[in-house]
Amino acid sequence: MKNENLYNYILGIADNSLILGQRLGELCGHGPNLETDIALTNISLDLFGQTRSYYQYAAQISGGGKTEDDIAFLRMERQYKNVLLVEQPNAHFGFVLGRQFLFDVYHLLLMEKLQSSSDETLVAIAKKTIKEVSYHERFSSDWVKRLGDGTDESNKKMQEAIDGLWPYTDELFQLTEADRIMVSDGIGVDVSKLKKDYLKRVSEILKEATLKIPESKYFQKGGKEGIHSEHMGYLLADLQYMQRSYPNMKW
Amino acid sequence: MSEQEVKNLEEIFEARIARDEKIEPKDWMPEKYRKTHIRQISQHAHSEIIGMLPEGNWITRAPSLRRKVALLAKVQDEAGHGLYLYSACETLGISRAELYEQLHSGKAKYSSIFNYPTVTWADMGAIGWLVDGAAIINQVPLCNTSYGPYARAMVRVCKEESFHQRQGFEIMLSLCNGSEEQKAMAQDALNRWWWPSLMMLGPVDAESVHTEQSMKWKLKRKTNDELRQQFIDQTVPQAELLGITVPDPDLKWNEETGHYDFGEIDWDEFWQVVKGHGPCNKERMDARVNAWEEGTWVRDAAMAHAEKKNIKVAKAS
Amino acid sequence: MEKNWPLWEIFVRSKNGLEHRHFGSLHAADAEMAMENARDVYTRRSEGVSIWVVESINITASNPADNGELFEPAQDKVYRHPTFYNLPDEVKHM
Repeated sequence: MKNENLYNYILGIADNSLILGQRLGELCGHGPNLETDIALTNISLDLFGQTRSYYQYAAQISGGGKTEDDIAFLRMERQYKNVLLVEQPNAHFGFVLGRQFLFDVYHLLLMEKLQSSSDETLVAIAKKTIKEVSYHERFSSDWVKRLGDGTDESNKKMQEAIDGLWPYTDELFQLTEADRIMVSDGIGVDVSKLKKDYLKRVSEILKEATLKIPESKYFQKGGKEGIHSEHMGYLLADLQYMQRSYPNMKW
Repeated sequence: MSEQEVKNLEEIFEARIARDEKIEPKDWMPEKYRKTHIRQISQHAHSEIIGMLPEGNWITRAPSLRRKVALLAKVQDEAGHGLYLYSACETLGISRAELYEQLHSGKAKYSSIFNYPTVTWADMGAIGWLVDGAAIINQVPLCNTSYGPYARAMVRVCKEESFHQRQGFEIMLSLCNGSEEQKAMAQDALNRWWWPSLMMLGPVDAESVHTEQSMKWKLKRKTNDELRQQFIDQTVPQAELLGITVPDPDLKWNEETGHYDFGEIDWDEFWQVVKGHGPCNKERMDARVNAWEEGTWVRDAAMAHAEKKNIKVAKAS
Repeated sequence: MEKNWPLWEIFVRSKNGLEHRHFGSLHAADAEMAMENARDVYTRRSEGVSIWVVESINITASNPADNGELFEPAQDKVYRHPTFYNLPDEVKHM
């Protein structure tokens, strides 16, 4: 492949949307009420839409007749580049919204910056995506405030979720090899520089939600390098089931 | 109100419906009209949200991204349709929470077809094609039903639903144009979903208790048997087009009647599923009850937060 | 506890130049949520460019039993309609 770094860079962004979309897809039909069920499915659909735009572009770069579905369904676990945060399970609704919120704030900052990439296709995707993600961030931060401030029980559950997910936030700001090269080529975003704004925004919302910012200094990483949590294998078993069981067929 | 007065009101009411006037929520209506509508609209709403579960079972396993987003959007529409219908029902003076309570306690019914398991991807095709096909036949006449909020909800439902059946048929088409394995999968799905789809259109006319009254109130425009015949007549040629076989050895075109003759439906199976003994009745109910119960703290928190905010606003002003 | 989310009425403007029209209702704990839910429930197919949400209990509705006194007196005031007035055909633009 001529442009392997760009290919890997795109997947690094796209895989987050795929895996988070998949996690939200598990919830369809099981939300706390109909309105919220519909809202979360909308977010899931946005994420899959983004995924497809990125993968179609990546498939084109890769050449050799590769399709979006080859990229989505036919890689080994070690080749998925999503951060650990998005693969965390739907333990309870606090985790679902906490995960969404902690990702959305980052995602929004990333899309803002990606709009100034020197790659036109990525700029186009970012311009479309930023509108979706602005809404996601609004939705999830409203919910974090509701659940943090709501009742004693919900405050406890929301705090539990934020504490549980916090160790996965630092990975968002780490640069992979492909990231570094793409940053120096003017294509990629230097995510390490997003951290300050991220912490500021997250702190504001958590404070409003009467939640504490975890003090943990120990963080998990590995997703970007394809070293995932044990949850990931099961998620992929579902995701890939049809393509693995019935190879080379049209659906 | 005296008995005579009620009788007069009822006569005026029935005459309005006969003139094709719509009944709106605050209008006077006979108690039986209200009860019948609560029952039918809520059954319909329950069917929509229970109906999310068998298809939801395949969202995470859809074979391509294109199929995945289509399925997700379809299942989401069903949540929307449930919501429109619950809202219509609420105009009759019953809350959504009360309607859920009826569903969760087993008091309310829902379409029994959703108590069958979805065991292969082809079931997504068969459900869209057959189950949505049968549902559309049932639903289109309801766009003109006498109760305004129900009719308006149904207009929206039917408009949105038009992609559902096409989505299902396209899945079947891809399978039937695919490998032997895929075609066998499609045939297997047709075998399993054909008879339940016919049952979905309701018991035979002779045993249907509500038909006459429902006809008068335009909750029904055709009888169950007429609808079933219409469904068979339109679906058999579609199966031929797909190149798969309807699992009924007695099925054949009748030149004289201009309709297909078909074999005996196993009504024992139907009643068994209706009475709660289908393959997935328990799973479906458990899933709904769990979602509701696990969501309690979330709903409570949102209310508590809203109340706190209101107090803050009140204090500030 | 379990206090149910109140009901809200949703009005959507399909495009600029048209009025907001009643689209339906939904449940939400507060106005922001009602707005977000309305967007997610009622504009999934690009049905709107503007949304109003009103908590249902804030709507005062006329009673159909009063329809006689409220609406029938207007029926014989035909002089409010242009067709009431007889003008020769030669008069244009009126």
